Amino acid sequence: MAGKTLYDKLWEAHVVKQREDGTALIYIDRQLLHEVTSPQAFEGLRLAGRKPWRLDANIATPDHNVPTTNRSGPIEDEVSRIQVQTLDDNCDEFGILEFKMNDARQGIVHVMGPEQGATLPGMTIVCGDSHTATHGAFGALAHGIGTSEVEHVLATQCLIQKKMKSMLIKVDGELGAGVTAKDVVLAIIAKIGTAGGTGYAIEFGGSVMQSLSMEGRMTVCNMAIEGGARAGMVAVDDKTIEYFKGRPFSPKGEQWEQAVEYWRTLHSDADAQFDAVVELDGSQIKPQVSWGTSPEMVVAIDEALPDPAAESDPVKAEGMRRAYEYMGLKPGITMGDVVPDRVFIGSCTNSRIEDLRAAAEVAKGRKVSAKVKQAMVVPGSGLVKQQAEAEGLDKIFMEAGFEWREPGCSMCLAMNADRLGDGEHCASTSNRNFEGRQGYGGRTHLVSPAMAAAAAVAGRFVDVRELN
Amino acid sequence: MEKFTPFEGIVAPLDRANVDTDLIIPKQFLKSIKRTGFGPNLFDELRYLDEGQPGQDCSNRPLNPDFVLNKPRYKGASVLLARRNFGCGSSREHAPWALTDFGFRTVLAPSFADIFFNNSFKNGLLPIVLSEEVIDQLFKETQAAEGYRLTVDLASQQIIKPDGSTIAFEVDPFRKHCLLEGLDDIGLTLQDADAIQEYEAKRRQTAPWLFDAIK
Repeated sequence: MAGKTLYDKLWEAHVVKQREDGTALIYIDRQLLHEVTSPQAFEGLRLAGRKPWRLDANIATPDHNVPTTNRSGPIEDEVSRIQVQTLDDNCDEFGILEFKMNDARQGIVHVMGPEQGATLPGMTIVCGDSHTATHGAFGALAHGIGTSEVEHVLATQCLIQKKMKSMLIKVDGELGAGVTAKDVVLAIIAKIGTAGGTGYAIEFGGSVMQSLSMEGRMTVCNMAIEGGARAGMVAVDDKTIEYFKGRPFSPKGEQWEQAVEYWRTLHSDADAQFDAVVELDGSQIKPQVSWGTSPEMVVAIDEALPDPAAESDPVKAEGMRRAYEYMGLKPGITMGDVVPDRVFIGSCTNSRIEDLRAAAEVAKGRKVSAKVKQAMVVPGSGLVKQQAEAEGLDKIFMEAGFEWREPGCSMCLAMNADRLGDGEHCASTSNRNFEGRQGYGGRTHLVSPAMAAAAAVAGRFVDVRELN
Repeated sequence: MEKFTPFEGIVAPLDRANVDTDLIIPKQFLKSIKRTGFGPNLFDELRYLDEGQPGQDCSNRPLNPDFVLNKPRYKGASVLLARRNFGCGSSREHAPWALTDFGFRTVLAPSFADIFFNNSFKNGLLPIVLSEEVIDQLFKETQAAEGYRLTVDLASQQIIKPDGSTIAFEVDPFRKHCLLEGLDDIGLTLQDADAIQEYEAKRRQTAPWLFDAIK
């Protein structure tokens, strides 16, 4: 009999009941809550007269709506203020731990969870947010759910699910200097397509994944959904275990030893069979930039933009034509011909300390180009912000002309005041380049933090490896 | 949830692939703390010529005359005909809420994004997967005949065309049962409360660090 995949192991450890119709009741260890997808779930509980099944399985923080500027007063936008207040009220009413807006531990849920040790290896983790796959970086089964399921998990601690298919994405070789986790995941999505992972749980493996730091692995898993997969994961190794030592909610003492012993089993067996295997050569990956309106529309920085006329699939060709029109770009040019009006460094994909260090290294001693209207850095959490300030990164950014902001989702999806103007191009370290995502008529180009900082100082998209 | 009964409805063809949830319902409308009222902002950026704001009265906004749902022939449509990877992107359940609030009861496409597909069933919206060839043919027929209607019968898993011919479709038996009966998932799961408690008790023994850490 073939061995088990990491996904098999995580799945089997959480089956409460297998039903005859092929579905299973799956136990959920941790739910992360934020203000956007939870109010209707709490309201549902109230209307049905239900209580949360297990309070200690939940943790909350507001992130999507919070302002990244001055937080001394109430949120100016009334609708946003009500939504954040509603999360506070619901958490207070039901007794759920929440890091409120002015708590130093507040941040983007997917930054806060691991940082606190609230998400751990071997857990099933859900959140009403598609980027929940981030937590799979620790050998956990983590995925996004809708509000009805948020309510379902609150009320029952379970989800009704069918097992997904398994895919191994193996990135071997060694990454070149200046090539990061973000470039790896963009290259993966360019290869498999935005629906390539639909119906699958993806395990990312190979020497490149092993060489990445935990934060790099989070960046890759974070964007599994951009390749269509609800869940992305990486096997546990020494780095994983080291990461959780001493975090506030990590196990302690004897329980730590017990946990580590279990965590070390969280990898696919050598003879495990996957339903699909995709291989990439890491040494061939160059810094990537998205040119279109889907995360699969990506090129290497020195590559010419593709011609829809050369695309054999008519549906795809039509999508490319539409994207060119929306983005105001033409086939055949390179991204070096494009000037970013704004630069955004942040989001659950790239707002952790290593991301900020990589961007600061590029920004150091340079100035944001006069062609760029605004360049902003939004740390992923209050603790990331504190750490960056302790290292002096804030000063490097501000001296170079970047704005240094308070933590939150910010311009990744523009639910707060941070957004693009109509027609503006943005070098963004976020995860989605959909039409209007970063603001009405806004044009997003997904890049790594180093590439975003390089675009800011050069006043056009450049290969960070060639920056003088 | 209401029971999903057979219905006949006008078909509206949305001829683009990878329709993402930001396109279905833009983020500014996610600030609502309700489940209803998203219909007027469905496909907001395609449907109107200006930028929509939450709470705004949409009846006086300038409509994009080229957008399919603004064409008189598709008024009152309840069947949305779409292309591959419909509903990709975020987990926002506001997407199916907006579609149902507008009046759609089913979406036909060659493929759907996983989270959207799942969310739809929770809200009485039936996503039906059909082959690219069948979808192509339906696009042709819808565009050729004004007032083109389809009948959708979930119980027999059939779509009935105006000429009486039928298209069979697959649906997960559990989801079908829930839709047909209008069942509340949570109530069903709580029937297994004993099994959940039993699992939990075991897990407390084998993985005690997963309990009581967060208070």
